[in-house]
Amino acid sequence: MTTSRKRFTAPQRLLHWLMAICILSMLFIGVGMVSTVTPKYLTLVQIHKPLGIAILVLALIRLTLRFIYRAPALPPDLPEPIKLGAELSQYVLYALMIGMPLIGWGMLSAASYPVVLFGSVHLPSILPVSPSLHTWLWRAHHYLAFAFFAVILMHVSAILFHKLIRNDGIFETMAPVFTRNQPK
Amino acid sequence: MVESTTSPGTFKLGPLLFIATVVGVAAVAFAYTAGWLSPHRLTPKKIVAGLAPPGGPALGHRRNHAKGICFTGTFEANGDGSALSKATVFARGQYPVVGRFNLATADPNAADAMVRVRGIGIRITTPDGQEWRMAMIDAPIFPVSTPQSFYELLTASGSKDPDAMKKFIGAHPGFLTFVGWAKSAPWTGSYAEEPYNSLNSFLFVDGTGTTHPIRWSLIPAAQPVPVSPDELAKRGPDFLEQEITQRVAAGPQRWTMVVTVANPGDPTADPNKAWPSDRRTVGVGTLTVQQIEPERDGPCLNINFDPTVLPSGITTSDDPFPAARSAAYSRSYNSRTAEASYYPGNATGAKQ
Repeated sequence: MTTSRKRFTAPQRLLHWLMAICILSMLFIGVGMVSTVTPKYLTLVQIHKPLGIAILVLALIRLTLRFIYRAPALPPDLPEPIKLGAELSQYVLYALMIGMPLIGWGMLSAASYPVVLFGSVHLPSILPVSPSLHTWLWRAHHYLAFAFFAVILMHVSAILFHKLIRNDGIFETMAPVFTRNQPK
Repeated sequence: MVESTTSPGTFKLGPLLFIATVVGVAAVAFAYTAGWLSPHRLTPKKIVAGLAPPGGPALGHRRNHAKGICFTGTFEANGDGSALSKATVFARGQYPVVGRFNLATADPNAADAMVRVRGIGIRITTPDGQEWRMAMIDAPIFPVSTPQSFYELLTASGSKDPDAMKKFIGAHPGFLTFVGWAKSAPWTGSYAEEPYNSLNSFLFVDGTGTTHPIRWSLIPAAQPVPVSPDELAKRGPDFLEQEITQRVAAGPQRWTMVVTVANPGDPTADPNKAWPSDRRTVGVGTLTVQQIEPERDGPCLNINFDPTVLPSGITTSDDPFPAARSAAYSRSYNSRTAEASYYPGNATGAKQ
C-alpha cells in the first residue's frame, strides 16, 4: 500500500487540507448548533447538511486517490507501536469521514426529515422511518462526533510530535508547501 | 517556542508544551462552542426542560402539544399564492397532507376542557419531494415576543415563588394581550371549528426573487358554536378526539388557507403583536381533512412538525421563533423517539 514517492501527490495534499478545514468546521458547527436556539441555529443546520455531503464526496474521491497513488512509506526507523498507531489512525479517520455523513443522512431519513441541500435540491431517504433506528443513529452521530474531534486532536499532536521532536519527514509528506526539512 | 539544545531522542520540553497548548486551545474552543463554558446560554435543552410538568415529562410523548390525534387529507392550491411565492405547493393542484390536531399541554392525558390552546400540525408534500411543515395554534397572537421571554414564562409559571408570575407580567406586559384572548375568546366543542394561525412571520419569495413578509391562517368552513368550558367538561376528557372522529367520518372538514401580507413597518419579528386588520389577504387554497387516524401507530406519530421545514419559495424571516422552535422540537423528537418503549402500546420495547 505504499509508494516510493516521498510525498503524497498534489491532489491528495489538496484534498487533505481542504477536508481538514471542512471537517473541523463541521464539528464546531455541529456542537454549536445543538446548543443554541438563536437564528444561528438554522444557519448552522443549513450549512451542516450540504457540508456533510460534500465531506462524504471528497472522502470517497480521496479514498480512490489513495488506492491509485498510495501513501509514502513510513520511516524505517519508526518504532513499531508508533507505526501501528499511525496506520490504525488512517483507518479510523477514513471510517469517520465516510461514516459520519452517512449516519447523519440515515438519521434524518429514519426521522422522516427531508434532506435538503439547498433550495429545492434534496437527497432521497436512505432508510425507513423508525424511532429505534433514529435513536441508534442519533446516538452514534453524537458520540462519534466527540470521538472524531478527539482523534483529530491526537492526529495533530502526533504530526507535531513527528515534526518537532522526531523531525522524521512524516509531516513533509502531507505539508501543503515544501519546507526546508526535506524527508530524510 | 523554546528551542531545545539537547540532542535528538532526549526529552524536549519546549515542543511538548507547544503541542499541549495547541491541543488545549482547540479543546477549549470546542467546549466553548458546545456551550459548556456558557451556563447562561439559552439552549434547546433548557426550553424543553422548562416545558416539563413538575413530575417530569411524559416519556415517549411530544414535550409540548403532547395530546393529539392524526389525520390525513389534502391541500388544494387555487394558484393565487403563486404571485407571492414560487413554492410548488402554491401551483394549482392537490397535494397530500399528513397532520395532527393537538392540545397545547405537556400532559398527554389532560382533560380536553382544561386546555385553552388548541393546535394543528401539517405536512404538505409536493410531487417534487419538497415539504412544507407547519405547527399553528388557535390563539391570534403568541403569549410572548422572544424565545428568551418564553423561557422566562416557563420558569415563572413553574416557580414556587407566588410573585413569580406577577414579576414576569411586570417585565412582559405583552403577555396580558394573550391573557385577554384566553379569558374572552369563546371555546368551541370541535377542532373543526377552530381557526389556526401561523403566528410567526415568514418570507414568501416570488418568481422574481422579491420577498414578501407574511403570516397565514387556516379559517374553518365550519361555523364556530361557542360552548362554555363547564359544558365541555361534562363531555368527557377526550371529547375533542371523539367529536372530530365522528365529524370527519360523516364528511370531510375544510379550512381556507389565508395569507396575510405585511405592510412595511409591521412587527414581523414579534408574534405577540397582531398586524392591523386591514392588511392585504390572499386565499391560497383549501385544507381538507378526509380521515382521522389514531395517534398510536398513526401516520403523524413519527413526524416532527418543525416549522422550518420549508419548500424553496418560503424562508424564515426576522422572527426569532421558528429557529428556536426548530431547535427545541428537534430535541423533543430525539428524546421521545429514544423513549418509544414508554409510549402506550409499545410496552414491549422500542424495537419494532
